[in-house]
Amino acid sequence: MAFKIIEGCVNCWACEPLCPSQAIVAAKPHFLIDAHKCTECEGEYADPQCASICPVEGVILDSLGMPLNPPGSLTGIPPERLAAARAEIRAR
Amino acid sequence: MLELKVQTQGGCASSGCGGSADRLAHLPEAIRAKVNNHPCFSEDAHHHYARMHVAVAPACNIQCHYCNRKYDCANESRPGVVSELLTPDQAVKKVLAVAAAIPQMTVLGIAGPGDPLANPERTLETFRQLAEKAPDIRLCVSTNGLALPDLVDELCQYNIEHVTITINCVDPDVGAKIYPWIFWNNRRIKGRKAAEILIRRQQEGLEKLVARGVLVKVNSVLIPGVNDEHLKEVSRVVKAKGAFLHNVMPLIAEPEHGTFYGLMGQRGPTSAELQSLQDACAGDMAMMRHCRQCRADAVGMLGEDRGQEFTLDKIEHLEIDYAAAMQKRAEVQAEIEARRAAQHQQTKVALVSLASIERARPQPKQPESRPVLMAVATTGGGVIDQHFGHAREFLIYEASAQDVRFIGARKVDLYCTGSETCGEAETRLEQTIRALDGCEVVLCARIGYEPWGKLEAAGIAPNGEHALEPIEDAVAAVYRELLDAGRLESVTAEPERLSA
Repeated sequence: MAFKIIEGCVNCWACEPLCPSQAIVAAKPHFLIDAHKCTECEGEYADPQCASICPVEGVILDSLGMPLNPPGSLTGIPPERLAAARAEIRAR
Repeated sequence: MLELKVQTQGGCASSGCGGSADRLAHLPEAIRAKVNNHPCFSEDAHHHYARMHVAVAPACNIQCHYCNRKYDCANESRPGVVSELLTPDQAVKKVLAVAAAIPQMTVLGIAGPGDPLANPERTLETFRQLAEKAPDIRLCVSTNGLALPDLVDELCQYNIEHVTITINCVDPDVGAKIYPWIFWNNRRIKGRKAAEILIRRQQEGLEKLVARGVLVKVNSVLIPGVNDEHLKEVSRVVKAKGAFLHNVMPLIAEPEHGTFYGLMGQRGPTSAELQSLQDACAGDMAMMRHCRQCRADAVGMLGEDRGQEFTLDKIEHLEIDYAAAMQKRAEVQAEIEARRAAQHQQTKVALVSLASIERARPQPKQPESRPVLMAVATTGGGVIDQHFGHAREFLIYEASAQDVRFIGARKVDLYCTGSETCGEAETRLEQTIRALDGCEVVLCARIGYEPWGKLEAAGIAPNGEHALEPIEDAVAAVYRELLDAGRLESVTAEPERLSA
């Protein structure tokens, strides 16, 4: 049971100090999660901390390989509304 | 022919006293002392003093739609971008090295690349060491405000006298269009609720800082169609709470920056939109117009970046005798102050004479002469000393029969210096001419034959006759020449161009 950081991580450091298990490693080319240490914040916080501050969609996966922040979850704009939202913003 | 140097009794005549050095004259002495050599808090100071930022604070606790958290780019110059992330120890070393090499560097700011107060240990440790090792440097910090109320006491402990809060709105419905989420109490909060919390915390932080006597500058990003009208309200609110200065900056949003706004096609404001909003807010409070929207690791005068001279590998083995450096810094800064005082005296005379033009004219009912925008090429020091072709930015002044006022700075290579990847749509000269849109005169130390012709063709009169003169004197003199030549009499008609 552990999360995983994948390509697309921008090394912004936001998650590193928040991890209650010190499981996040400042590695290159991108940060990594030490699977032996990660507890998915079970028993510590209601929400997993790294995934709650990560600014990039799709780069932290749960133990099933599913993104914790799926497309549209951070911009607040679901993919099916993207074209309409773009048109609205371009008209400003 | 008008008398060029008219001395009037009683010092400054009404609004004629528009010299930038005087703009802070109404402030109490204690506050003037705090901003006198701070290039970001005083427009006049920015001609003479330099600043630096150290990039010790990578993490951020909110998302702004104009920000891309991938901040490492050597070719870009805009807030939130850095090349090298530093530890507090490395940052302190860098500050001492720069202070020794650039004695006019008076201010150290921590501005990111994330939010400095979302990285409190790293930020405060840097301040703690610097307060002890470099007592002659002013320390300041900028923040989005979310963590601010809890850290005011600690900031005051390290003698932080200047804080900048970025406040883009005071209405959560506007905020929801700018901030998609915040990280608050160990959860991600989205939408209107997130904006509501952020706004509350920003206002609370502002109030606490003002209560402690800290000077607060409020930065706002002007986002057309989102907060443009609303920023007037922001200006009123923050002024009422005691903010010292309001800095309205244009949104930077290009697709290649990878920001949400950039990718979605949100446009930035035109120069005219920016100026008109700044003018609208100015009725309420002191506005800042000389901001260059610099990187979170910028070094040098505003508008220049000498960061590449002070990379980690270059400073690592330096031995710095800071006691000696402090001595030299004090001497250089005393010279600057003497030069400023002399320049200020001279400019006051020129501006008074300008103001007397209208009064000297026969009454009644001369048509009022219209204001003129002029661009100036300068490397600093408050004088016209730069070759047109070397200028990477121009300072824009508006001259009128009443005064000369500084309007803002316009960059030539807009935010990006990468050439290969960024297309070759227009030449540097074409870019410059576009950046000078609305200006009728450009003042520089020298200028080449080719740009001279192209500028004239574009309706901008090049002028190299005032090389090495103080900027405001020269602008006033050129305005007077135009006036004498009868070129300024139309108030409403299409601005008359000066091409021969």
